Amino acid sequence: MSAATQRRVLPGFGLSLGFTLAYLSLIVLIPLAAVFIKTATLSFSEFWAIVSTPRVVATYKLSFGASLLAAAINVVFGVLLAWSLVRYSFPGKKLIDALVDLPFALPTAVAGISLTALYAKNGWLGQYLEPLGIKVAFTPLGVLVALVFIGLPFVVRTVQPVLEDLDVEFEEAAASLGATRWQTIRRVVIPTLLPAILTGFALAFARAVGEYGSVIFIAGNLPMISEITPLIIITKLEQYDYVGATAVASVMLIASFILLLLINALQAWTRRSSRRIT
Amino acid sequence: MTKPLFSRRALASVGVAAGIALAATAGIAWAQSVTLLNVSYDPTRELYQDFNAAFIKHWKTTSNGGDVSIRQSHGGAGKQARSVIDGLEADVVTLALAYDIDAIAEKAKLFPQDWQKRLPHNSAPYTSTIVFLVRKGNPKNIKDWNDLAKPGIEVITPNPKTSGGARWNYLAAWAYALKQPGGDEAKARELVTKIYQNVKVLDSGARGSTTTFTERGIGDVFISWENEAFLALKELGPGKYEIVVPSLSILAEPPVTLVDKVIDKRGTRKVAEAYLNYLYSSEGQEIAGKHFYRPRDPKVAEKFKDQFVKVDLITIDEVFGGWQKAQKEHFADGAIFDQIYTKR
Repeated sequence: MSAATQRRVLPGFGLSLGFTLAYLSLIVLIPLAAVFIKTATLSFSEFWAIVSTPRVVATYKLSFGASLLAAAINVVFGVLLAWSLVRYSFPGKKLIDALVDLPFALPTAVAGISLTALYAKNGWLGQYLEPLGIKVAFTPLGVLVALVFIGLPFVVRTVQPVLEDLDVEFEEAAASLGATRWQTIRRVVIPTLLPAILTGFALAFARAVGEYGSVIFIAGNLPMISEITPLIIITKLEQYDYVGATAVASVMLIASFILLLLINALQAWTRRSSRRIT
Repeated sequence: MTKPLFSRRALASVGVAAGIALAATAGIAWAQSVTLLNVSYDPTRELYQDFNAAFIKHWKTTSNGGDVSIRQSHGGAGKQARSVIDGLEADVVTLALAYDIDAIAEKAKLFPQDWQKRLPHNSAPYTSTIVFLVRKGNPKNIKDWNDLAKPGIEVITPNPKTSGGARWNYLAAWAYALKQPGGDEAKARELVTKIYQNVKVLDSGARGSTTTFTERGIGDVFISWENEAFLALKELGPGKYEIVVPSLSILAEPPVTLVDKVIDKRGTRKVAEAYLNYLYSSEGQEIAGKHFYRPRDPKVAEKFKDQFVKVDLITIDEVFGGWQKAQKEHFADGAIFDQIYTKR
């Protein structure tokens, strides 16, 4: 046995792992640790009293609920959008492809102000929706609209490349073997796309949970109704309550982390099971 | 023969240009050697724009003076105070209420706790009060605070937890209920609760609420700083809104102070002192009056007396026992304002 066989095939494992850890600590872990250290100055009962007041709990429901819902909506329409962009050619396709990225580039405050102007009762859309009894601006629905807007590119951009790699021949083969269209979608297309869809979902969700700029303008910010958790954090900061703000922030961090772990586990599971099918 | 890469003339002009650029930067550096940073709250943008221009002129003509440039920062009073606590080097702060300046003194210890005694009139060179802005013709017939509590009235006010102005709004409503015949704490709480149940949008700062009421067309009445209401009237169309002055309101004293540690470090004490004192001069008072703040100087106030309606004004000290107490009882986490929303 030579030493060479005990070595890994790819060179530089030690170096790249060391670099990864150092970089992650510097950029992610140390700032996050600061949140927990500040929170640790509280006793557990004080911490619990802060993070479990009804007003704060109401914001968790809105923030996490609206973010999950927005990510789900984005999955449906994002996959559709990616599908049409990959599978069909039509005039203006390049243009639409570029439009998808706009929510990435737009400053979130601009997005919030334009959405509010659009959906307020004197806005272009709001003036037709309001008589129908649909209020968007200054309600939780407005929060959802803003979160859908900022989350859209994530699903499209994760699904698109996978779809491009999925040859039409697979679908043709399925059809020639007698599969109906629905069976082809369900047994061939969806299983291949699922890991990418879940990644897109996780990214859109993560972005939506932390979103502040665009939501604040359209939400109305009424306690118990349309306040998001990041606003509670900002409100606490403006009252010079740094510890309270970090306490709520740490709850958000832990909840988001657990949810993202779950999504990642789900993704790994679907990848394994899709391999079994193919 | 190859041509030289740069002709002699081109070289000369480059030299001249470089010289001018150098002189220009030196000039800027010299002019900026005295700068003041005034950290202020939301609706004072227009006031300080004018006042700063006047002060720059004034400082040139005084014997010890010279060139000075002034930078301004505006935002919700709480956020502004926090920036200063966190290290923003403000030479002077001009905020919406004493509580936020107290917080700077207490948490960052940048100036003494008794700062409010250092300048005349509780360190507030101008005052304002809280009034209602309603839509043209006052279609909902809003006259006084109790009208805001009626069912079906949509009220716009910022969030008192983040906006200094909104705290004045809240306390004015509370004081009104106390001063009614048979008024007590319970009645006051009931009125304020009903008013906030009519609030459709809680923006984080006064300027945001102005936008919600005017640009978005939300709400029947906007509880506002008097100066902000006048400004909305002037800038956004006098034909579209009206000001309604309630029977009783609160004397809002937005105070100013020097940030001692910063001015001593930066060597700007003289000009910063002159800057704040100039607010009290008749020129400064006139500029305040022009921007719809009530001047303190009786002579200047006389000039503007037709602009401001006479209204019964209570002070925070006589009704609420000062800002520290009011903050603790009404706006702290879990205090009355939070209870209004959580105990329905």
